[in-house]
Amino acid sequence: MSKPVLNVENLSKQYRLGGYGSGTLTDDLKKWWYKLQGKEDPFLIIGEANDRSKVGDSQYVWALRDIDFEVHQGEVVGLIGKNGAGKSTLLKVLSKVTGPTKGKAYIKGRVGSMLEVGTGFHPELTGRENIFLNGTILGMRKREVAKKLDAIVDFAGVARYLETPVKRYSSGMTVRLAFAVAAHLEPEILLVDEVLAVGDAEFQDKCLGKMGEVSAEGRTILFVSHNLGSMRRLCNRGVLLQDGQMSYVGKIETALEKYLGSGEAQTSGPKNRVTFEPKDALAYLTEIFIENEDKEGKNTFLYGEKIFLGINYKINDETRGINMRMSLARNGELLFLSQDCDDDFGMLGKKHPGDYRIKLKLPDYLKAGLYTISVWLMEVGKPKEEKIDILSFVLDDTNTDTFYRSFAKDMPGVLKPKLNWEYIDFPVPVETQ
Amino acid sequence: MKDQYWDSILSTKQPFFHFKLGEVWESRDLLWLFAKRDIAQLYKQTVLGPLWFFIQPLLTTLVFTIVFGGLAGMSTDGIPPLLFYLAGQIFWMFFAEVLNKSSTTFRDNQAIFGKVYFARLIAPLSVVINSAIKFGIQFMLFLIFYFFFLIWKGVEIQPQIEILLLPVLVLLTGCMGLGIGLIITSLTTKYRDLTFLVTFGVQLLMFLTPSVIIPVSKFTEKYPGIAPYVVGLNPLTAVIETFKYGFLGKGVFTWQYFTMSVVVTIFIFLAGVLVFNKTEKNFMDVI
Repeated sequence: MSKPVLNVENLSKQYRLGGYGSGTLTDDLKKWWYKLQGKEDPFLIIGEANDRSKVGDSQYVWALRDIDFEVHQGEVVGLIGKNGAGKSTLLKVLSKVTGPTKGKAYIKGRVGSMLEVGTGFHPELTGRENIFLNGTILGMRKREVAKKLDAIVDFAGVARYLETPVKRYSSGMTVRLAFAVAAHLEPEILLVDEVLAVGDAEFQDKCLGKMGEVSAEGRTILFVSHNLGSMRRLCNRGVLLQDGQMSYVGKIETALEKYLGSGEAQTSGPKNRVTFEPKDALAYLTEIFIENEDKEGKNTFLYGEKIFLGINYKINDETRGINMRMSLARNGELLFLSQDCDDDFGMLGKKHPGDYRIKLKLPDYLKAGLYTISVWLMEVGKPKEEKIDILSFVLDDTNTDTFYRSFAKDMPGVLKPKLNWEYIDFPVPVETQ
Repeated sequence: MKDQYWDSILSTKQPFFHFKLGEVWESRDLLWLFAKRDIAQLYKQTVLGPLWFFIQPLLTTLVFTIVFGGLAGMSTDGIPPLLFYLAGQIFWMFFAEVLNKSSTTFRDNQAIFGKVYFARLIAPLSVVINSAIKFGIQFMLFLIFYFFFLIWKGVEIQPQIEILLLPVLVLLTGCMGLGIGLIITSLTTKYRDLTFLVTFGVQLLMFLTPSVIIPVSKFTEKYPGIAPYVVGLNPLTAVIETFKYGFLGKGVFTWQYFTMSVVVTIFIFLAGVLVFNKTEKNFMDVI
């Protein structure tokens, strides 16, 4: 086993909500008074779990609570969790931007962090000057940057603009340059926070490739992304955070499955059927559900079973331009979008008041995995109602012998199409005469 | 044993006396790049560029010469009023700029401090370097007038050997402004009340610093009771007075006052660094 490079022990971080004023001054004086007497900070006891959607009683919340894990050299660890789960806070504490409230973290080697693309970029300075400035801010020595200058410029693909002030760059170019600098850092531990969301697809691929290289060189990466697909590709371990607490550490597949399956990814309701309250609107969704051919609502389907998506909606007044859209994602990676008007633009025409019911058979070529469905009610091309990851189900292959089959769960690829392998020629031994 | 394996440990506790000056030395490259960035930012898209640095001390000096020297008829120890006020002004402006700019370090840099860690002291130190460069340019202005009076006007000026203390004087002024600035920025991250005090406090302080407007000798004559405390505890007085004594041969210079000034400055500077380092750790949560 490779040696540990990061050991996080009961790390906690408390934040105070609301603004600062005379009210906080009394709290501060109280803290100070307790400290003077050598007692423990009284506000460390009263903090609440950090669930952003619920109103709590306490002004103090734990953005992180008792985080405890160890990372070994060369591992790529993905931090998973919904918004506000504490992923970025954890990276901030580890990169020394802010201190922990309790607990400790032990670090072996140099830490480089990329919490934001282009930190410290100055618009008046040229590309070259910014490479040096940004590089040194991120912890490189000047001569290290000079040594890597060519590689950085090459990676960013901005050679022509090197002597031009960055304020004249397009936003995409700025991002490319910034990532290029960060990618050429050589710390033993690299902390990366959701920076791949910017840039075009080609560049994102390049960045992921670079991060793969970095870990292959034996460096360690802690990585936050909402793109679960790239997470699965890049990481070998996952840490699942939930309201500031750690709910799972282990294999990335398991972590992602737990994240998607725990209802974390969903906004509300059960997984195979969601009903909505009537609304005072021209058109609204009433029910979305999944079922098999026997109209059984299920959370787990088996290979061969037919899966139907039902969408019910109501129109209150005669209208035009209302249509439905859905998308299907496998393990967090979007497979496709589909609309009721894809084949028939007549769907966008006049609709009378009443209840509409749609039954949609999902394709047969789905491969085993965890699926999430999103549904949109569109009005003239704009989403009017948006139900992201509203339903989820597991497609299981345990009823099928997948030995040496290309659609086995662990094989690469996301689809299980049934292709017709037709041989035009298939030489057979010629009979000796 | 376990602690020896690790290179750094993040925890809530840190030693009280922790100046982190080694860290600053490690990132000296960044210091120069920051200083360069700020200078570039200042000059970009201006026609006169550094010439603007002349305007401010020149106008203030002219006003002082007319109001205090001319109208009020205040003594300048026999030094040409223009030189007297200019000498005081360039030091005072250096001090005031370092203080004012470093006293907003945390607020000015919160975007970058919030995203990446580097030795935080680098940011205010780059302010000092920039102000020192500005001081250098203004010192040239002083030299121009100095030689103008010396050669052209034939005014009798006797430079003293203490002229050699100039680098020390500049260093003291910078450290003093930085020390106070660091304390203020640390105190104002959470409760910003103090910021209201800073701007006009610095202006008031100028009048509490004899030597900028009136010679120390006159001040001592007028207030013999409190003069030793004001001169001794306000390190800037001794600094400016030493400068005037060295270059112009007039003024009160005693090693006693000078040593006192050095001691007070070092104390304020170190206190500033300590408080700054203490605040730096968690300031992102409260600013």
